[in-house]
Formats: sequence, structure tokens, C-alpha cells
Amino acid sequence: MSRIGVFVCHCGENISRTVDVERVAAEVGKLPGVALATDYKYMCSDPGQGLLKKAIAEQRLSHVVVAACSPRMHERTFRKAVESAGINPFLCEMANIREHCSWVHDNREEATEKAIEIVGMMVERVKRNRALPAITVPVTKRSLIIGGGIAGIQAALDIADAGHEVVLVEREPSIGGHMAQLSETFPTLDCSQCIMTPRMVDVANHPRITLHSYSEVEHVEGYIGNFQVTIRKKARSVDEKKCTGCGVCIEKCPIRKIPNKFDCNLGMRPAIYIPFPQAVPNTPVIDRESCAMFKSGKCGLCKKVCGPGAVDYEQEDRLIVEPVGAIVVATGFDLYDITEKPKGSQIKGYGEFGHGRIPDVIDGMTFERLASASGPTGGRILRPSDGREPKQIVFIQCVGSRAREKGISYCSKVCCMYTAKQTMLYHHKVHDGQAYVFFMDARTPGKSYDEFWRRSIEEEEAVYIRGMVSRLYQKGDKIVVMGSDIAVGVQVEIEADMVVLATAVQPRSGADILAQKLGISYDKYHFYSEAHAKLRPVECATAGIYLAGACQGPKDIPDTVSQASAAAAKVMTLFAREKLEREPIVARVREAGCVGCFYCRKVCAYGAIEEKEIRDRQGNLIKVVAYVNPGVCGGCGTCQATCPSKSVELDGYTDEQIVAMIEAL
Amino acid sequence: MSTPGTKHDFEPKIIAFVCTWCTYAGADLAGTSRMQYPANVRLLKFPCTGRIDPIFILKAFQQGADGVLVSGCHPGDCHYIAGNFHARRRFAAFRKLLEFVGVDLNRLQFSWVSAAEGGKWVEVVTELTERVRCMGPMLEFKELALEEQWSGKLDSLELQEAYNQIQV
Repeated sequence: MSRIGVFVCHCGENISRTVDVERVAAEVGKLPGVALATDYKYMCSDPGQGLLKKAIAEQRLSHVVVAACSPRMHERTFRKAVESAGINPFLCEMANIREHCSWVHDNREEATEKAIEIVGMMVERVKRNRALPAITVPVTKRSLIIGGGIAGIQAALDIADAGHEVVLVEREPSIGGHMAQLSETFPTLDCSQCIMTPRMVDVANHPRITLHSYSEVEHVEGYIGNFQVTIRKKARSVDEKKCTGCGVCIEKCPIRKIPNKFDCNLGMRPAIYIPFPQAVPNTPVIDRESCAMFKSGKCGLCKKVCGPGAVDYEQEDRLIVEPVGAIVVATGFDLYDITEKPKGSQIKGYGEFGHGRIPDVIDGMTFERLASASGPTGGRILRPSDGREPKQIVFIQCVGSRAREKGISYCSKVCCMYTAKQTMLYHHKVHDGQAYVFFMDARTPGKSYDEFWRRSIEEEEAVYIRGMVSRLYQKGDKIVVMGSDIAVGVQVEIEADMVVLATAVQPRSGADILAQKLGISYDKYHFYSEAHAKLRPVECATAGIYLAGACQGPKDIPDTVSQASAAAAKVMTLFAREKLEREPIVARVREAGCVGCFYCRKVCAYGAIEEKEIRDRQGNLIKVVAYVNPGVCGGCGTCQATCPSKSVELDGYTDEQIVAMIEAL
Repeated sequence: MSTPGTKHDFEPKIIAFVCTWCTYAGADLAGTSRMQYPANVRLLKFPCTGRIDPIFILKAFQQGADGVLVSGCHPGDCHYIAGNFHARRRFAAFRKLLEFVGVDLNRLQFSWVSAAEGGKWVEVVTELTERVRCMGPMLEFKELALEEQWSGKLDSLELQEAYNQIQV
């Protein structure tokens, strides 16, 4: 007979406010098999855990149920506690009476009834739990970082400096990400390139960092400590090892009028190019869609002029498999493109702002390229339409952000600050110009942020108008901006030379596809979800995968760098161990019942089902049964639900347990 | 709560089978966000919807559930790669079977609720509870179970005859 101990937690007042914990303990105490049922104010606290351990020793408890918060919160805490008191950790279960009961119901009677049933159900379950031995696996002390922006670079350098190998994968031909595109950064106005490019070079020169640029993650399998990642190295058409980066091919290329994506299509680049002069690696790539050699087979100039013979038109995509123990996802963001309604999206476009139709309506990133000393205008603010200096410029904030009617309800966090910065840059470059900003609220939380914003108004003479813009239209060579000033209560019309839209920060396109490859979760906008909003902000719910930067939510550079270093610290914590204990919840086959139909193999996504021969003493084959390789099994239990003879069982979720739980209700 | 005196003034019992990675976490989020929903639902946690055997749904109805909810990760987002696809296919077939047997499919709901969708969890649970409340108690299984149980009275001719024979 089992001697189950039930511990009902008050969680301060969080549970006891709506659930009568004493009654829960009293009712559950009557269940068969329960030797002790008690309640305590804070079970997770040190005295609470002490109480648990003492009760195990004094009452000779065999199983434990802690009725408290979600197991996602404290299962680990209590399993550790019972283990130290000499009980197998898998003989301890949590009944969730906080998140699933006291916090979501306000009727005390109903909530108490429900709590009693929840705890009763877990008592039936834990009674049938089996003591599970820990499965230990080795840790591969290499990490994969997806994305080579500032987040990925910071995480890569931190981990590599700690002495571990890093594989950095970047989709574009060069690392650097969005930060390499920026002109100057708030709140100090230091030049983005000056602080970014040395770090990019550090990555390229680091002995422990392997950089795969122009590459994408194709496939991920395995689990924490033991991932196998397949990386697609896209054909660059230039041999990275042979190329010296002399740039002669780029000079000679006859196809020169291709809009440069890095410069927000303001400048032109040839068909063989490096995205920007400080690119890392400094190896050109051939844009096969534009190159004459690929389109018509006539040209081949770059190959002729290449001294080291690095140009290779026959190069194909290569697949590389890298074994790693941890993965940091740092895929960053895209800016909301308001030229048209984004395809397949619930988000509505902004036709009324004329972006894409009126040439002098640009987005914030395009303004950065105009203001950048290495940009297409050499740092001069000029209108894309006629190259004149704009004397009246209008900035519109919250374009796409905080716009529930357009489909995005979150705040993009960086736009208030970068718009303030851009008004300053504008004022520094066009002394007689006037900047206007239409804004809803100015959000400036951050060290020295509000002071910076005030400076843009008080010293740099930007005029802030609280209100939104309803419409923009071209009138001659001016753009008429119609908006409202809700502070004064009047309609405003400004004839501007240029309009800059602070468009929303969105996750990278394809973020959902990558999430599916990695098996991590994401929200409705496709930002990746952290394991806990407050206490585990850089970990994914999937063990061994960590998040850094704007892929998890809009972030500025200081926050991104902090999160990247935090993710790196988590990876180093993992790598500090030689062996890792993995969750031993795996499927087992009852060989007596197995008929060898192997339906389980068909549904197993991990390829964990193997064949095992059963022979008699003479060595004659009796039958072939399924065998689950515990090292490979993911523990989903799909095989168990599929098995026609009910011969596979997932520990902790056996049919007997589930039925007992249903019967307890 | 429904107004007193209406025809279906009863508290339905709803059993929810959910996967641990998406819907359980989504329900946690609803809790953390202090959203409110009817207290009729009881959650059973599974690693994956792929683990949920249709027999459990029958078992739940047999044990007096008036409504059953099965919920997991959105298609393509399964933590175990493809478990929810197997579940989806299994339940598509199972629904047909239930329909054939005569169980009102409005009592059984499948949904996808991700870990970030606390609000959706509340919507799904509230909607199902209200729908089942309007439908009234699920009596079919209970009547069957009652029929197989002897009431203790000799209330049929066969029973009376059999009793008389024993008397002799």
C-alpha cells in the first residue's frame, strides 16, 4: 500500500484567497493511500521544503503530491527536495491549483471543489508512477548561433571567449545585421559602424568561431546536449578559400544597375558584389538572378579577371552537418513594409501613407542609410526623387505599432528613441531645416533616454505634435501631411519635402518555419516565446535552445546585447557539465504483448523504434518485437496511442494512470 | 452563471485533454494573466496530443463528462515534430465513429491553443461550457450504465419468475 503525502500550498494568498486549502487537505486526506495531507503557507520556501522532507522521514511516505502552482514553475524544485529525502523524483507530482484554479475562478465554493478534484486526480496518478532511473547523456560542448546580427555576434564572442567552439550561421552574405545599416545610435550618438565592425572582425578572426555566411539552417534533430544540425551553405559562386577580397571582379562586372538591398534600394550594386564595404567575410557573392552568365551564358568577365581563380559558376549548395550541444536563436527582425498588404498576413497595409508610391515617403531604415557616412549619399540627407535637401521634414511614429485596427497591437519599443535621434541627425546636417514629429506617446524608458528625447526638442528644435496622420498626398513637389493635434484640438496641415515613417518591428519573415524546425513556440506575431516571461527570459521551453535579441520581441541595442550575453551565460552553464541528466520519460515495449506490427515505427518522428528478435533456448526465432531506444525516444507517446495491442507504455502516462485519473473525476 | 429556472440549469462537467507544451502552457498563461473562465473544466496533461487514445474520450463520457475538449499545438508547431498530425488524423476518424454511434459531436471539441494564447484558451473553454450547458446533461452513457445495473427490485416479469424458481 502506498503512503502518499499531500501538501497543499497557500502560495501566500494566491491560492488560499479563492480555495479553502484546509478543506482540500481534509478531503484529500480521506482518499485511499493517502497517509498525510496538510497545508502550508509557502511550500516552495525553505521551511516549506523542510516540512516536506521531515514528513517524508517521519511518516515513511512513498509518494508525494504538492498541490501548488504549475509544474512548469516548481516541479523541478519539489522533485529535487524529495530526492534529497530519499524518494525517487518521479514519485513526486504537482497538482496545479493556482494557474488552473485559484487564479482563474473567483467563486470560492466552485474553486475549492475543483481543487479537490485536481488533487484527487494527481493522487491517483502518482500512486501508479514508477521510480525512474536517471538517463545521463554526454554534452557536446559546441554551440550553434542562428543569426549574425549584434545579438548573434555578442553571444558567439562570449561563448567562444569562454573556451567553447561556436558555429555561427548567417542567412545574408555578410554578418552585421540591421546594426551595420544604422548611422548613429541613441542615446549617445556613437557611430554604429565604428562600434559594430570591430566586433564583426573579431568574429571572423576568432579561432573558435566557425562562420557560415550565406547559409541557412535546413534541419535540426536531437535534444539538449546532442543536436545534429544540417546547414545549407548556399552557392556563393565564389570560393571563400581562394578569394582574397581584392574586388577586381566587382569593378569589372558589366551588370551594374541592381538596387542594393543593404542601402534600402537607394544605391546600385553590380551582379557580383559584397553587400557593404566592411562586410565580413569580405568575399563577393554572385546574384544569380541578375548575372548575365547565369541568365544567358554570355559574359564570364569576373572569372577572367579573378587572379586566384576563385569564381566558380558551377558551385552548388552544400549541406553540412554540425553536432552541437546548445542553440542560440538570434534571427532579429524585419521592418513592417507598408507599401502593400503583407501576403498571408492578418495585418492590413497603410495605403493612406503612400509609401512606395510617393518617392519621398521613406521608412526609418532608409533615413538611416541617407544619414550614414558610408551610405549612398555619403551622409547627406537628400530627397530620393530629385536629390534636393528637404527643408521641412515630417516624422510619423507608430506606423504599424500600437495599431489594433491594423492588426498589430504591440509597441515596437525603439521608434520613439530613433525618431528623436533622427530629428537630431537631420538638424545637424540641415541647419535651416525644420523637423516635425507626429506621435501618440513618447516612450523613453532606459538609461539617459528621456534626457535624450528632451534634448531633441529643447536643443535640436524638433516640433512634436501629439496626434496621428490621416492622409498624405503629393502636391507639386511637396507632400501634404494632414493630421490632428489633439493637445490643442486642431487639424494640422504641413507641406513637407520628405516624410519618414517609423514602421513597426516585426519578426523576420520565415520565423515560424525556423521555429518548426527547432520545435520552439512562438506567439501570434511569430515572435519566439520564452520559457517564463520574468524568470526564464532567454530560455525556450525546449531545453537547450536559447533566445537573443529582437526575435523574441522588439528590442533596442543595449537590451539585445544584454540578452545575448545572458543567453551565452546559459550556454556556458550547460557546458560546465560533462554529463547531463535527461528526462527519463520514454516509451517501453511490453514484449509479451507485442505482435511486431511496427505501426509504432511508422508514427515515430524520432526513429527510435528498432527491431528485436526473441529466441527460445535453442536459438529458434519466436518473434520480432519492437524495441524503443531510450536515448533517441522523445517521449511523446504517439506510439502508445497507436499500438493496436497496447504493448507500448510511456512512463508516467500509462493507460492505467490516465483511466484512473479520469475515474477520479 | 445561467439564470435560475431555465431548462438546462445545471453545471456541466468538462474534461480537457491537453498537451503539455502548448495548451497546458496556454492555460497557465491564462492563469498568470488572471483571466476568468467557468470552473467546470478539469485538465489532464499529456506530453503530446499524439498520446491521447480515443478510448480516453469514451472513458470520460462514461465517467459522466458532459463535454470533452482535446487541445494541442497548432499544426506544424508540435514539440514532438509530428504528434499533433497523428492526433488530428486519429480524431477525424474518431468523430465519424462517434457520430455513427449517435453521440452529439457538439459535446466534443478539438482545438489548437498555443502557449502564447491564454486568451484563446479562455474563449474555447467558455464557449464549450456554455454550449454544453445549453445542451443539457449527457445522459446516453449514464442510461446505458443504469440499464445494466439491477435496481434491487423485482420489477420485471423475468426477474419475478427467476426469483420464484429460487424459492422452490
